[in-house]
Amino acid sequence: MAEVLVYVDHVDGAVRKPTLELLTLARRVGEPVAVALGAGAADTAAALAEHGAVKVLTHDAAEYADYLVVPKVDALQAAVAAVSPAAVLVPSSAEGKEIAARLALRIGSGIITDAVDLEAGDEGPVATQSVFAASFTTKSRVSKGTPVITVKPNSAAVEAAPAAGAVEALDVTFSAQATGTKVTGRTPRESTGRPELTEAAIVVSGGRGVNGAENFALIESLADSLGAAVGASRAAVDAGWYPHTNQVGQTGKSVSPQLYIASGISGAIQHRAGMQTSKTIVAINKDAEAPIFDLVDYGVVGDLFDVVPQLTEEIKVRKG
Amino acid sequence: MSLRIVVTVKYVPDATGDRHFADDLTVDRDDVDGLLSELDEYAVEQALQIAEDADDAEITVLTVGPEDAKDALRKALSMGADKAIHVEDDDLHGTDAIGTSLVLAKAIEKAGYDLVISGMASTDGTMGVVPALLAERLGVPQVTLLSEVSVEDGVVKGRRDGDAASEQLQASLPAVVSVTDQSGEARYPSFKGIMAAKKKPVQSWDLSDLDLEAEEVGLEGAWTAVDSAAARPARTAGTIVKDEGEGGKQLAEFLAGQKFI
Ligand SMILES: Cc1cc2nc3c(=O)[nH]c(=O)nc-3n(C[C@H](O)[C@H](O)[C@H](O)COP(=O)(O)OP(=O)(O)OC[C@H]3O[C@@H](n4cnc5c(N)ncnc54)[C@H](O)[C@@H]3O)c2cc1C
Ligand SMILES: Cc1cc2nc3c(=O)[nH]c(=O)nc-3n(C[C@H](O)[C@H](O)[C@H](O)COP(=O)(O)OP(=O)(O)OC[C@H]3O[C@@H](n4cnc5c(N)ncnc54)[C@H](O)[C@@H]3O)c2cc1C
Repeated sequence: MAEVLVYVDHVDGAVRKPTLELLTLARRVGEPVAVALGAGAADTAAALAEHGAVKVLTHDAAEYADYLVVPKVDALQAAVAAVSPAAVLVPSSAEGKEIAARLALRIGSGIITDAVDLEAGDEGPVATQSVFAASFTTKSRVSKGTPVITVKPNSAAVEAAPAAGAVEALDVTFSAQATGTKVTGRTPRESTGRPELTEAAIVVSGGRGVNGAENFALIESLADSLGAAVGASRAAVDAGWYPHTNQVGQTGKSVSPQLYIASGISGAIQHRAGMQTSKTIVAINKDAEAPIFDLVDYGVVGDLFDVVPQLTEEIKVRKG
Repeated sequence: MSLRIVVTVKYVPDATGDRHFADDLTVDRDDVDGLLSELDEYAVEQALQIAEDADDAEITVLTVGPEDAKDALRKALSMGADKAIHVEDDDLHGTDAIGTSLVLAKAIEKAGYDLVISGMASTDGTMGVVPALLAERLGVPQVTLLSEVSVEDGVVKGRRDGDAASEQLQASLPAVVSVTDQSGEARYPSFKGIMAAKKKPVQSWDLSDLDLEAEEVGLEGAWTAVDSAAARPARTAGTIVKDEGEGGKQLAEFLAGQKFI
C-alpha cells in the first residue's frame, strides 16, 4: 500500500489532537508515515504508533525554532524525496498552510487547504471543503503531482489503530532560504487550563452583548461548568474584553465542536464563517430578529445576564 | 534610493451578498457585487504608514483579476497608493493558488520591489497561502501574519501572534510581508484622495507582458480540480423560546436531552 506523509504538530513531544485526526484520514488513502521535527520529535512516536503511524521520521535542529517556516519546508521536502508518498497531509493551522503551500510549489504539486473530510478516489484523494462561510460544500482534488492537503481540526475522529511506529532519523540539508526570517523573541501563550479552542468538544462564546471585560466571567463560568473552551466575537475582541487568540470567525479561529453556545452575538457572516459547521448550535440573544437564530438548534430570546447564570447554576445542580 | 513597495490586493465578491458558483465551478462574479477584499485594506494601510516613515517611498498596488478588479485598485489608490498594475487576461479565468502566485510573482519582478505587502487571506478563497508562495517564488524572506510591522535601515521587523506563542520576527529586505486585521484600522479614502486617484496611473498587463503562456494558468493550467459544489442544506429550524424567567433552565433541559450534561 502506498505511504502517506503526515506532518506532526506537537509541543515538545506532546502530539496535538488534529494530528491524530489526520492519521485517521491518512489510513483511508494509504499507510501513514509521520514526520516530526524539532525539540521532542522522537517523543511523539508512541502516540503516533498507537494511532496508525507505521514509521515516524524525526529530525531536530535549532533552526526549527530559530527561523520561520522554511526549515520545516526543507525537512518535509526531504521526507517526500525519501518516501515518495501518495499524498502529504498537514494540519490546517496558519503555519501548517504556509508550510504545505511552499512544499507543494517545490515538488510541483497542487494544494488544497482547509479540507473537512478526505476519501480515497480513482484519481487520488478527494477532499471536501466547506466554503463561502460554510454555505457551500465542494469536493476537489489535486490534479498534478503528489497531493498536498491541509485538514481542519475536528474533521475526523481520533481512532486507536496500533502500528509499528518505527522511529527513523530523517536526513535534512537546510536550503539557503532557511535562515531568511529570524525569530528574535518568543512569548509563549499562558495556559488558561481550558481546552484548546479549535480542539474543544464544546465552545462557549460571548459577543458585544456581554458588554465589558469583567462580564466575561459569566461566559467563563458557563464554559467551566461544561468543560468548554471560551470564544469571542470580533466586536468583543476589538473592544478589548477578550484576547484575540479566542476570536471565532473568518479572521480568528475556525471551530467545529459538538456544541457551540453563542451569547450576545448577532451572527454576522464573518462570525458564522468560523462556527457554522458546529454540530449543535445554541444562542442566547435579546433580539428575536438576530441572524444567529437562523442557525440554532435551540435559542433563547432573552437577556444573557439572566439566562447565562441560571443555565450555569442548573448545569452545576444537574452535574451534582 | 526610494523604497519600492508593492501591495497585492484581491477583488472579491461581497461576503454579505449571495455568493455562489458558476457552471464551470469557478466563483460566479457576475451576480454579486465585487470589492477590494477588506483584509487587503490592512495591507494598504501598513504600506502607507511605512511609506510615511520612510524618506522616500513609492507604493504600487497590484491585482490579478477580471476587468472590474480595477475598482479594487481605485479604492487602494484613493487611500493613498501612488500607482497601480492590473494583470488581466481571459486565460486567467479559473487560476488556482499556485497559478495566481506565478502571475503575481512575475508582475512583482517586472514592477521592481523592495517590499511586498499582502493581506492575511482573501475573503473568498481564504487560503492564506499566497504570501508564502510569493516568498518561495521570489526567493526572499517570508515575514507573514504580522500584527505589528516596521521597516528601518533595510530591515523589516514584526510581531506574529501564533497559536502557541507570540513571535518577534526579523528579516532583511527585499522581503514578503503579510499583515493581519490586528495591525491597525485602515483609513477611509478622503474626498481629496478619491479625486486624486482618478489621475493616478493604472497599467494593464496581460500574460504576454509577463512572458507567460496560457497553459501555465487558468482552469486548464490548474494543479487542482473542483469536482462538485453543492449548497449546504439549510439547517433545520430549531426551537426558539422566549425567556419568561425559566430560559436558562429550559436550555439546560435541552442540553441534557442532547447528552451534553
Ligand atoms: C473582513 C472582516 C473580517 C471579520 N472577521 C470576524 C471574525 O473573525 N469574527 C467575528 O466575530 N467577526 C468578524 N467580523 C466582524 C463581523 O462583521 C461583526 O461585526 C461581528 O461579528 C459582530 O460581533 P457581535 O455579534 O458580538 O456584535 P453585534 O453584531 O453588535 O451583536 C451583538 C448582539 O448582542 C445582542 N445583545 C446585546 N445585549 C444583550 C444582552 N444583554 N443579552 C442578550 N443579547 C444581547 C444584540 O441583540 C446583538 O444581536 C469581521 C468583519 C470583516 C469586515
Ligand atoms: C471557495 C474557494 C476555494 C478555493 N480553494 C482552492 C484550493 O484548495 N486550492 C487552490 O489552489 N485554489 C483554490 N481556490 C482558488 C484560489 O482562491 C485563487 O487562486 C486565489 O487567487 C488564491 O487564493 P486565495 O484567494 O485563497 O488567496 P490567499 O492566500 O488567502 O490570499 C492572501 C493574500 O494574497 C494576495 N492575493 C491573493 N490573490 C490575489 C490576486 N488575485 N490578486 C492580487 N493579490 C492576491 C492578497 O494580498 C491576499 O490578501 C479557491 C477559491 C475559492 C473561491
